[in-house]
This record gives sequence, structure tokens and C-alpha cells, in this order.
Amino acid sequence: MSESSPLLAPPSTWEEFTEGLWKRNPVFVMVLGMCPTLAVTVSAVNSLSMGVATTFVLAASCFLVSALRKLIPKEVRIATYIVIIATFVTVTDYAIQAISLDLYEALGAYIQLIVANCLVLGRAEAHAARNPPLAATMNAIGMGLGFTLSLVMIGGVREILGAGAFFGFSLFGPNFQPWVVMVLPPGGFFVMAGWLLLFSIVRRRAQMRAQENERARAAAETSGACHGA
Amino acid sequence: MARESLWQILLTTILSGNFVLAMFLGMCPFLGVTHSVSVAFPLGLATTFVIVIASLSAYLLNWVLGLAHLEFLRLICYIVVIASAVQLVEMYVKKNYPPLFRALGIYLPLITTNCAVLGVALFQTARDYDFMQSITFAIGGGVGFTLALVLLASVRERVELADVPESVQGTVLVLMLAGVLSLAFMGFAGLGGGA
Repeated sequence: MSESSPLLAPPSTWEEFTEGLWKRNPVFVMVLGMCPTLAVTVSAVNSLSMGVATTFVLAASCFLVSALRKLIPKEVRIATYIVIIATFVTVTDYAIQAISLDLYEALGAYIQLIVANCLVLGRAEAHAARNPPLAATMNAIGMGLGFTLSLVMIGGVREILGAGAFFGFSLFGPNFQPWVVMVLPPGGFFVMAGWLLLFSIVRRRAQMRAQENERARAAAETSGACHGA
Repeated sequence: MARESLWQILLTTILSGNFVLAMFLGMCPFLGVTHSVSVAFPLGLATTFVIVIASLSAYLLNWVLGLAHLEFLRLICYIVVIASAVQLVEMYVKKNYPPLFRALGIYLPLITTNCAVLGVALFQTARDYDFMQSITFAIGGGVGFTLALVLLASVRERVELADVPESVQGTVLVLMLAGVLSLAFMGFAGLGGGA
């Protein structure tokens, strides 16, 4: 699919897919879906399952919304999207309950709260309602994976600092004194702020370097022009 | 769980189990409309109203669905009821307080996707609260939400004047402030017999 993309065409399926992974990452760039991001990321496993569940709901709802986009009247579109999303969340809720009861208890009401995740409704409204099913689904899967990635990044840090483990495997031996506050609510805010701070510093560095390069090139060009004259 | 006294529930939801700072419900308005107290407070009140309506309807709905053995429709019914309640509040605010309506902007209809509202409905179902407990839970949740919003807004109004490094400005700063507030609220842990 990606090889045959012509220049200046609408974004190819591959681009649709990669967009949400990093460039427009739903959590770190768009700051959407904060409730589950902060609430369930006390461990990497919880984060991963929440991410996968959200990805499924996102992809399935975006596919259906996109397939039905010509049939849904404009006036009731939000209500329709919500009903579609709620249906898939109910499916996910029952599926997780059937697969692992431990996980179901750990995530609790936050699985059903995927309905109120702004990310899902936002993508349905902003992307799926205007694009054909394939593009919409690929974009949704990309966004979902980006969401999962950021959740695991936050959950991983919180688990390592707060429990001294990663995916349940103990890392530092029995003498490790866990930094308990990291698995408590304030830790969520702090780890999220830490990641955002890191990205903002890296972005500013890159910008400054680009500006410096630009200036150096401009200086070289003017001096070259002087020599030419 | 179901034997908690009303006073316990009220205290827990406002302080030690604060919806925003301990349960991370309703983060979008918490990060989005807390620029100034004059906007945060009315939004908190509007949300409280919707939360109480949602809690009442959720209790009745749950009872009706339980009679009909249609529990799997619970989530869909809740969200439809909440959307209608928000529509009601929106029309009322638009008619009676136009300036406030403009100030709240997109965040007023977005109460529909505020997890705090749906959260109340889901948690009260999950914890098997009876009627009075549900109402207390909803009022406490709303008051706690308003409290968190107003607190963060007033802190942010002060920080406006401070000289903050450029990399920290924006969301990072708000998250750090929220973290400190949340840390402070942890001091209430154990109050009201634990969450």
C-alpha cells in the first residue's frame, strides 16, 4: 500500500497508521484520554491491558462510524457515536471479565469509563466521520497503539520506582525500598509531568539546533555571495 | 462496602477519595478550564448538578434494568441519560447566563464525556449503594470536583505572575501543580474510615 502512494495525494494508509504512534501521540502531544492514563498506570501490565482494550474499542468504533458515515444524520451524530462506542465497550467489558477476573478487578470501573475517554469520541468525530473505512481503521489502530505505548511508558516508570518491578518481575532484589508515592495518585501526575518535561526540553534543543544551522547556512550564503560579487 | 454511613461517604468523596485528585475522574475540564476561578467555579456547579441528576437516574435505571434482566444495557442507558441531562443544563445556561455560556465554551457540552459523571453512576452501581448513599456519594463527588477545580484555578492564577522556565510552561506546570495538590490531599487518607 505504502509503495504505491503518489506524491501530493491524501495520506497513504501507512502514514495514517504511523501518525498516531508518535508524531500526534494522543497522550503526550494531544493530551487526550487523561483519566485512564493516570488512573490505571500503577503497573505495566494494567497499562498494557487498558491500552489494548482502548485500541480495540477505538478501531472497532472508528470502522463502524466510518462505514455508516453517509447514513448518520448530522444532528444526531454525537449521540449515535456514543451508542456505537458504548456497545463496543460493553463487549470489551464482558470479554475481559471472561478472560481474567484478576485483571477485571484491577481495572474496575475504568474499563467501562472508556466510553467517556475523549480520545475515542474525538477520533470518531474528527477522523472517522470524514474518511473511508480502511483509512479510518488504520488511523484508529495507530492512535490506539500510540495510546498503549504512552500508557506503558508511564506505567513502567511508576512500577519501577514505586514497586521495584517491571511487568511483575522484581528488579532490585529484596533490599529495595520502594518509592511508594509513585504508585499512589500523586505519582501519576508527577511521572506524566516528567515525561512531558523531557519531551519539551528535547524539542526545544532540536529547535535551537535547527535555528543555529539555519543561521550558519545563511551566514555562509551571504559570505559566498560577497565573494561572487 | 454498602454499610458505610452517609457521613463517611460524604467525607471520603470530598477529601480522601477526591474524584479528581485521587481517582482521576474528570481530568479534561480539570486541566482545561482552570485558568481562572470565575470560570472554574460555575463549571464545577454545573457538573455537580449533572452528577446528582445522573446519579438519581442511574439508580432508577439500574433498578428497572435489574427487574427486566437487561444488565448488559446498563452502560448504554447511563450514557444516553447523561447526554440528555447535559443538554438540559446547556439550554438553561444558554438562556439565563449568556456570558457564562460563552466563557465555558466547548467544555459545557463536554460534561457528557466527563468521566466524573459516568464514574459516579458506575461506582455507585459497583459498590451497591442504596438510594440515600447514592445521592450522598453524588453530592460529595460534585463538591469535591468543584473544590479541586477552584483550588487548582486559584493556584494557577498566582503562578501566572511567576517566572517559570520555558520548558515547564503549559501542561507540564499544570500537572506538577496538580501533583502537589494531590500530595496534599493524601494527607486526608484514613479520614472517614478509608476509601
